[in-house]
Amino acid sequence: MWAVETIGLTKDYSAGFWRKRPLRALDGLSLRVEKGGIFGLLGPNGAGKTTTLKILLRLVFPTAGSAQLLGRDIRDISVHRLIGYLPENPYFYDHLTAPEFLNYMAEIFGMGRDARCRRVGTLLERVGLASFQKLPLRKFSKGMTQRAGIAQALINDPELIFLDEPMSGLDPLGRREVRDLILGLREEGKTIFFSTHILGDAETLCDRVAILHRGRLEGLGGMQEILSREVSSAEIVLEHPSPELVELAKSLASSVVRTGERVRMVIPEAAQPERVLAQFLERGAKVVSFNEVRNSLEDYFMERVGSPARAPDVRSAHPPAGGENP
Amino acid sequence: MSASGEKSGDFKWRTFTAWLLLAACLLAVWPLQNSIDRERGSGPDVMLTLLTGSGKRLRQLCLGYDGLLADIYWTRAVQYFGRSRLKHADVMPLLGPLLNLATDLDPHLLIAYRFGAIFLAERAPLGAGEPQAALQLLRKGIVANPGYWRLWQDLGFVYYWDLRNYPAASRAFLAGSEQPGAMIWMKTLAAAVAAQGGEDRTSAMLWEQIYLHPGNDEVRRSAADHLAALRAQTELRQLNVLIERYRQRQGRWPDSFAALIVAGYLREIPRDPSGAPYVIGKDGKAALSKASKVDLSLAH
Amino acid sequence: MNSISRVATIAVHSFKESVREKVLYNLVGFALLLIAAAILFGSISVGIQKTILINLGLSSISVFGLLMAIFIGVGLVAKEIERRTLYNILSKPVARAEFIVGKYLGLLVTLVINTAIMALGFYAALYYVTRQFVRADAIALEAIYLILLQFAIVVGVAIFFSCISTPVLSAVFTFCVYVIGNYLADIRWFGRENGSVLMEKLTHALYFLLPNFANFQATSLAAHGMRIPGYLLVSDSLYALLYVTVLVSAAVLAFEEREFK
Repeated sequence: MWAVETIGLTKDYSAGFWRKRPLRALDGLSLRVEKGGIFGLLGPNGAGKTTTLKILLRLVFPTAGSAQLLGRDIRDISVHRLIGYLPENPYFYDHLTAPEFLNYMAEIFGMGRDARCRRVGTLLERVGLASFQKLPLRKFSKGMTQRAGIAQALINDPELIFLDEPMSGLDPLGRREVRDLILGLREEGKTIFFSTHILGDAETLCDRVAILHRGRLEGLGGMQEILSREVSSAEIVLEHPSPELVELAKSLASSVVRTGERVRMVIPEAAQPERVLAQFLERGAKVVSFNEVRNSLEDYFMERVGSPARAPDVRSAHPPAGGENP
Repeated sequence: MSASGEKSGDFKWRTFTAWLLLAACLLAVWPLQNSIDRERGSGPDVMLTLLTGSGKRLRQLCLGYDGLLADIYWTRAVQYFGRSRLKHADVMPLLGPLLNLATDLDPHLLIAYRFGAIFLAERAPLGAGEPQAALQLLRKGIVANPGYWRLWQDLGFVYYWDLRNYPAASRAFLAGSEQPGAMIWMKTLAAAVAAQGGEDRTSAMLWEQIYLHPGNDEVRRSAADHLAALRAQTELRQLNVLIERYRQRQGRWPDSFAALIVAGYLREIPRDPSGAPYVIGKDGKAALSKASKVDLSLAH
Repeated sequence: MNSISRVATIAVHSFKESVREKVLYNLVGFALLLIAAAILFGSISVGIQKTILINLGLSSISVFGLLMAIFIGVGLVAKEIERRTLYNILSKPVARAEFIVGKYLGLLVTLVINTAIMALGFYAALYYVTRQFVRADAIALEAIYLILLQFAIVVGVAIFFSCISTPVLSAVFTFCVYVIGNYLADIRWFGRENGSVLMEKLTHALYFLLPNFANFQATSLAAHGMRIPGYLLVSDSLYALLYVTVLVSAAVLAFEEREFK
């Protein structure tokens, strides 16, 4: 039994007011997620991540395809008893306090008064909101709201937890806390399915990732396999190269970047970086560094999503992407 | 939208129940509404009884929507009138109060005065048979709209036609003729009414003026009916003169108008204003045929 | 945990939520103020002081209750959709039908309690004016009951529109249905007089399709101390029950199909 299984999941939204034309948000997504561990759904904005989650939670209905959660069809909402969901940019009843809100959610699951009390207390402690018992939710900061949202997703001690962009809008400290929380849930044997466009978060957290682009599944794999793929290129940095050396560099390297007095180039595996290095040394070049470039999730992502021209928003809109690569 | 074929059993069951409830209750509403209507009498009449209060107080309460409200009451009055007419009601107790309310709310609602003048005064079943109420309504209208001479015309008309008070009618026409913009025939009318009150010719002239003035269709239709009746009455009188003449010459009553044609008194069979041929009755007098649509009672 | 207790949980919560709406207190306050003003208003018109108090008092209960019904009816469902607080509820094991029914019941309780408060204010004013209660004063209570039945329908209309439209439009539509529902008999009459068969059929259908609020008019009867016929109380209750079922079913059907993008 899979935690999440989708078969050919497709979703068309109709756009336009007068003449409706379909807009394919999700295109034949077939995916299997094992129980246990952390699964990341990656993709640029508008790739269909939120749509996927909303289909699984029955907030929107698929145009075609089917899906199962924990072996049960998504149309059978009794499976909601075993799952938790944190919506993207959550918003809660602003007049309630966090304990009141969590209590309401617990009541829906039919928990008794004592069980509710205990559960709410534990969860507030766990997400670090224990000291804000009296504050109404409308006075919560973005980070606190996010944590309250995570608490409500965990109210029923779910087996499978969906988190839509759990880190968005959080400061570095908040992100660290949420990350630790997710890792803690994995320790308990839960399955976590989360979507993000921040590759760094995915790289540090996920056991497996799927890459979604324009509604299509573009890549799927374990994080170990992705990161341990063979070395594919090397980077050489020269100081004060002569024009002749620069010419040589340009003929061999896949990219040459000049910054001040240094020239940095990337030599692909095919051009045999060691021989290139030898050539430079022969001609008296001053080599500052020679590094093997290891594959990162970002490389994998770019490879799958395509050239920067095809997905311009990945790099430009999200500078932190890949910033925490080892 | 989800394809309807892919809903689970539970979901289907709920949808089915909802549709069933919806249909069953809507169907049940129908007879229930009919029964409520029956018990209450026809719906709006119950409402109408609520409206006999003072329009002036209402006007202060209706937050500047008095114009709209006046229109609503005016519409109500017309509807009430139409429904009462359909039912051939002997009395229309609410017509006066409704018109009063409408004109209280909007004192410049001229159509309400003019309509009211004709139909409040007219005898049942054509109207409410309350000429005094009509006079009161018109006087109120004249006070509120002093420059509008047509209300004087209507006032004079009610005096003339419904109350047969020819001096008062003449005075009203004269007063109206002195208003700015009044038609010249108002003076003629004043004189004619004073001199020959009660004659068909004068009556026809009055109805004709009402008919010619563009306005409420109901009023014009009524004027046309009255004119037809008056014309038929005049024609019948003339035909009876011819029949009398024939009898004196031939020494016997004619059995039909064909006999009068043969004798050269007529060129063709005479027809009444509704197009039906006149006939000669058993008493030897000219009369309307059964097919005629003219209602002679309208000519008094 | 069965359906009924989930519905009850949602009903209780929406009641608690509506109680915190400030607009509600303002409206109840205004209604009480107007009833108090009726005392003054009545004291300057000789002889019909009590009539005026009953007329004005029942009218304010009706008008302000109507505003409440529209405000909270629209506010507590359409707003929940617009602000996405609904996502949390629907990701729990709550059927959409349960959500709608629970919301409706919660709002109904809110309205009953608010109307009760206004009715208390009304009777206090009545006592202040007449210094006694007579048997006939109970008629006003019957009239208030009929007003409450109208609110029950209005909340249903508001919830139905909330399921298919935005909050502002829902409020406008609900108000329109209320106004039209008061003039249904006239509309049918227009249709009949119009002469066109199509128009007649159409207006006839509308007459039975839209909620007929004219069924519940009894304020003037109460003001003149006339008894409200028993058949009216019974048939109006039945009518409200049937029509509310129609509205809630329609709302559920619309809501089951609705997607939350």
